[in-house]
Amino acid sequence: MVNLNQSGAVIRYKPFSQSLKVKVGFFVLLIYVVYASLQLDFTYSRFISGLDHASTFFDRMFPPNFERSRILIKGMVESLQIAVLASLLGILISLPIGLLGARNLMPSWASWPARSLVAFCRALHPVIVAILFVKAVGFGALAGILALTVASIGFIGKLFTEAIEEISIKQVEAVRATGASFANIIIFSVLPQVFARFVGFATYQFDSNLRNSTMVGIVGAGGIGGTLFSAFQRFDYDFVAAILITIIAVIMIGEMFAGFIRSVFLDNIGLSDLWRKQAKRPLASKGAESV
Amino acid sequence: MSAQLSIQELSMSYQAGIPVLKGINLDIAGEGVTAIIGPSGTGKSTLLRCINRLVEPSSGRVLLKNGESSIDLAQVRGGALRRARRQVGMVFQEYNLVERLTVMENLLTGRLGYTPAWKAWFRLFEASDIDRAYDLLEKVGLSQLANQRADALSGGQRQRVGIARALMQKPDLLLADEPTSSLDPKTSVEIMELMTELARAEQIPVVINMHDVELAKRFAKRIIGMSGGSIVFDGVGDQLTSDHLKSIYGGETWLT
Amino acid sequence: MFETEVSSHKQTLPKHWQRYTLDQRLLRFSIYFFIVAAIVQSLRNINIIPEFLIDAPEQMADLFNRMWPVDWSYYPQSVNSALIETIHIATLGTIISIFLAVPIGLLSARNFTPNRFLNLIARLILVSSRSVNSLVWALLFIAIFGPGALAGTLAIAFRSIGFIGKLTGEAIEEAHAGSIEALTAAGASKSAQLNYGYWPQIKPAFLSLILLRWDINIRESAVLGLVGAGGIGMTLDTAMNLFQWDRVAVILVAIFAIVIVTEVIITQVRNRLL
Repeated sequence: MVNLNQSGAVIRYKPFSQSLKVKVGFFVLLIYVVYASLQLDFTYSRFISGLDHASTFFDRMFPPNFERSRILIKGMVESLQIAVLASLLGILISLPIGLLGARNLMPSWASWPARSLVAFCRALHPVIVAILFVKAVGFGALAGILALTVASIGFIGKLFTEAIEEISIKQVEAVRATGASFANIIIFSVLPQVFARFVGFATYQFDSNLRNSTMVGIVGAGGIGGTLFSAFQRFDYDFVAAILITIIAVIMIGEMFAGFIRSVFLDNIGLSDLWRKQAKRPLASKGAESV
Repeated sequence: MSAQLSIQELSMSYQAGIPVLKGINLDIAGEGVTAIIGPSGTGKSTLLRCINRLVEPSSGRVLLKNGESSIDLAQVRGGALRRARRQVGMVFQEYNLVERLTVMENLLTGRLGYTPAWKAWFRLFEASDIDRAYDLLEKVGLSQLANQRADALSGGQRQRVGIARALMQKPDLLLADEPTSSLDPKTSVEIMELMTELARAEQIPVVINMHDVELAKRFAKRIIGMSGGSIVFDGVGDQLTSDHLKSIYGGETWLT
Repeated sequence: MFETEVSSHKQTLPKHWQRYTLDQRLLRFSIYFFIVAAIVQSLRNINIIPEFLIDAPEQMADLFNRMWPVDWSYYPQSVNSALIETIHIATLGTIISIFLAVPIGLLSARNFTPNRFLNLIARLILVSSRSVNSLVWALLFIAIFGPGALAGTLAIAFRSIGFIGKLTGEAIEEAHAGSIEALTAAGASKSAQLNYGYWPQIKPAFLSLILLRWDINIRESAVLGLVGAGGIGMTLDTAMNLFQWDRVAVILVAIFAIVIVTEVIITQVRNRLL
């Protein structure tokens, strides 16, 4: 940590000191926080009165009220159905579009429109898309399914294209060298490489659709979101609590199921593995879960 | 089983005007190992890949003679090319196994040239293919790893699978592109021993690219030295003197 | 004797090969079955009025017709300031979230926090944060703090806790134990380990995920206004309720544009910092 400068004098550097850039960066960040807070009219008094409301609010939320469980279950089931069908439709449409977008296999007149379509589907938030569909096809589950299908295409299409573009050409080369036909090359060297990632993002998208399906109801596109919104508007906060708990529980189960599917198809576990305690964490669950 | 490989005036340029192979003439026949040595970029890999047409030669002929029939590998197209490729097995430097598939499935890819697509999809391979697979697995000493995924294997184990895969094709000729470059010295020797032994059992010639001259001298009955896209040495290991090595690789300090 | 043992072993080698064991096939099959059953059940019971479905293309064409020509003049008067507000909501929300999420993330990392109970609590918090949608968080905070940008910012912050906390926790868990071990052996305190051991390792991943979350938050902030939590969503809501589709169009274009600008900024920052 000692150097000589031009005139031969010794310069000592303070070890581990933050570079000037980082210090300036933090300062800028601080200024921004203050500026933005003022712009957004965050005053201390608002915050304090808010905290006061918060305690009343939480009081009214507990205990959660499960009395109207029929509506709750109906709404939740509809959300599940929306998620299932949107994922199905999304996957079916994304696969050919994703394939078309792969620049290593397709000419640019095919890949460019496919990629643009996929980018467009990703650009708008699912809620906005849901509103547009509600205006177009009316209230109800159909709008929700269509909106989430568009969201799925944006996600799965992009990742599928990326997966195809990232396959190791060496593995393909080796299979080519054995004299295999084109179909066999796809089956034995392209698909195995792509399948794993496909299972990963298909299950991720299902989880994502499940989350979003609980929300599109707020704008009228079916599912439990509508029930939740009206509960808020009627100040039935204990019912709100019940709905939220149900939503969290269903999503957690959905995540576990998705992780399970990943273990079956990626780690190839069998029935007997379910009974055995797993000593090491399987590949599939590390880092691939939905966030 | 055994075939004759006759390469005539083979030339290849990746870019116009910059030839990588300059009119190679080479005949290989009978069992035994032929080693091709030479510095990186001198066209060894290109030469091997021109033989099974993974790379398109610019001109010349690659004749594979098997008994009466003779195919020009440089000319055939489509179905005929695939059928011809079946007869040439290749072992790669980076093993090139399909990582997500098991060892057995990787071996069976060697028979893909003989299996229709629908059967390949459902993994309905011939019983004789499966028998041969188990047999080869035992010969390379990996019987207990049959259903292990390829990416769970060590480098040496993967290369054994690679060799077994190539031999699954029942080829007339075995090519190996720097098969030991990614392996440690002990494993390299084991792999070389395995390849030479199995090839001798199948009575087929082996052509191996390598940069380890000592390994070449130890296992090859014939050594070909390449430099600048042409063959500059063709003989037996004993004949390979320092002068020859200098003309192949250049430089002096690495020579003992 | 050894040879006969070997040869008899050879005879018992299986001649039949299948890709998956019966075990595995049963499980795979049951999953396929379950998925198909879910699809069939959904198709049969979903509440879709067929007339609406058939009508759909016509309705959508009609909608797009009403959006054209786009009312560009609307932009300076309302849209611009709302857009800026949206950006503030997203950015401030992300910054607040970092301070809340990192401690929880640290608590959830099994190598940093050995206490299993704390791990569990932290994970539960993270899962709940993720499972509750940002719109729903917005509704919650509106009920507490009233409509406006404060609710929106807190909604973004609380939703992001799950994302940032989970990925930070995972990054910490995947850090190389070696350098941490060395620091512990030298007698470093927990905070020193964090600063000099973990932080240098997770820095690129952490910055990357902050950028990603900011990107997502910009999109989310744009819609929070639909329930009254400030930003351009409120402008959108007003325009839609008044059926002013040409203004809706300019708002949508503005949202689209801001998303693209954000992506460009992020790519630039990525290239420079990472």
